[in-house]
Amino acid sequence: MKSTTASQAAPTDISTTGTARKEPRPAGRGPRRGIRRQLPTSPWLFAAPGLAIVGIFILYPFLSTLNNAFTDKRTLIEGDYVGFANFQELWHDEMFWIGLRNSTLYVLGVVPALVVLPLLLAMLVQKHIPGITFFRSAFYTPVVASIVVVGLIWVWMLDERGLVNALLEAVGVGKAGFLSDQWLLLLSAMTVTVWKGLGYYMIIYLAALANVPRELHEAAAVDGAGAVRRFFSVTVPAVRSTMVLVAALSSVAAFKVFSEVYLMAGPTGGPAGEDTTLVMLVQRVGTGLTGRVGYASAISVVVFVVTVALMLLVLRADRKEDA
Amino acid sequence: MPVWEIVLRYLLLVAVLALMIGPFLWQLSTALKGPHENIFSSPPKFLPSDPTLHNFERVADTIPVWDYALNSLKVAAANVVTNCVGAALAGYALARLRYRGRKAATIVFILAMLVPVEGIIIAQFTTMRELGLNNTLIGVLLPGCVSALNVLLMRNAFLNVPYEIEEAAFVDGANVWQRFLRIALPAVKGTLAVVAIFAFMGAWDDFLWPLIVLSDPDRFTLTIGLNYLHGTFANDERLVAAGTVIAVLPLIILFACLQRYFFRGVGEGAVKG
Repeated sequence: MKSTTASQAAPTDISTTGTARKEPRPAGRGPRRGIRRQLPTSPWLFAAPGLAIVGIFILYPFLSTLNNAFTDKRTLIEGDYVGFANFQELWHDEMFWIGLRNSTLYVLGVVPALVVLPLLLAMLVQKHIPGITFFRSAFYTPVVASIVVVGLIWVWMLDERGLVNALLEAVGVGKAGFLSDQWLLLLSAMTVTVWKGLGYYMIIYLAALANVPRELHEAAAVDGAGAVRRFFSVTVPAVRSTMVLVAALSSVAAFKVFSEVYLMAGPTGGPAGEDTTLVMLVQRVGTGLTGRVGYASAISVVVFVVTVALMLLVLRADRKEDA
Repeated sequence: MPVWEIVLRYLLLVAVLALMIGPFLWQLSTALKGPHENIFSSPPKFLPSDPTLHNFERVADTIPVWDYALNSLKVAAANVVTNCVGAALAGYALARLRYRGRKAATIVFILAMLVPVEGIIIAQFTTMRELGLNNTLIGVLLPGCVSALNVLLMRNAFLNVPYEIEEAAFVDGANVWQRFLRIALPAVKGTLAVVAIFAFMGAWDDFLWPLIVLSDPDRFTLTIGLNYLHGTFANDERLVAAGTVIAVLPLIILFACLQRYFFRGVGEGAVKG
């Protein structure tokens, strides 16, 4: 991402539009030649499909979400402006607080695991030893598999009569209600999120580790630093900015969790809806023939605000450590 | 590396391997178990004693799983084409062409990348209904058919292509389309491959958006169909397992074939990032 801003300043443009080229046209070259080279509109022709899709299906819906949050719009009814009524209702809506609690818990549970574990995994698969490509690809399999498949696999594994409970029983621990207990269910969903995300972040770390100069490790080893010491004084500082990136990406994703919990807890969000997350609430409230689009939009606005806040928080923490 | 370290490494690798692909193998094993086998035994039985493909036929009898797979395939293939073409064109315009409003166009894509899709999904649905496209596969496809992230990925790739080559072509009289097709595009094949893989996986895997936009079971994609299968026949794990195997196998095969390009491309992109 950093290269985006850095390269913006680089003078890499090839100016081709007639107006941008200041030198006069040589005599004998008619304007047709210029037209054949590049129609004046063609930069926009290049960008137009992308701009249109993004404009119509991302930015316009974003703006209308902000707008709808202040209306009582429903699925088939336009609705009127109601000011902050939706937000006042949110304040007193028990389900909203449950959703906010669960989405927040999700961030707190998932992010530390996703910052640390993939780094260890990347260090494990970093060395070029025979068969390592196979292991790398195999570890990536959960990322490739669709979330629905992953959800259903784990529902079956964690079922009352599933593999995990069968194993627990076989070793004499006894069964646990992974999918029926409110808190175990949330914990199980977090585990699945971490399990599915490991390979993805492993690749990001792998690229970062490739940039750590080998000499640093060798110098530290010569100075008598053990593996643990080298990890904390060489590896971690070298990949710190990647850790921040992973923390930012995973916390935003964790706060918006939908599929894992939806699949494992069911559309109503577990016992008494206690496992509902905010995005599940948006989906439940805002869809269907009686969907309360306005109210769902208000919840969405909360999701935006918290997401942006999370990003800023992580980036700020990064800058503080720099100073 | 000392021998003990190599041994330790392989032991750890195998342990993680079991953790990462074990669940898939367990699902495959369940899907292959016959109707008279106890799939709930404790201690669990890891290999089917009497392997059968019968469950795969039964999935097809219960839900039109092949139609769903075809729907998913259509959306995913279209998504690959639109993303590669759209993102390459727009990325090129952002990286290599100069015109008024280019900065603004770049900002539009950056903003769009930052908008959390989960938060605008209801408004996307309303927009789709206004266009009369809800409950169609086109409706499933459109919102992600040129993703802002891919545009920016392509932009960065084009920025890294040496400027001199294109300048030489310009001097030789190549117009912008020729330069784009003959010089710039072949130079960013790696990133294009990554965009293609991500586009395919993204569309094949998507759950929330098709769940919202599709209401007619005839038009379900595989992910929605599977969830439906799970909901309707939760009691027969063999069926659900067979369904998930059908859904995940094409992806694993696709990935196994392309992983070489994939890891190289992602590595290149991330190293620069």
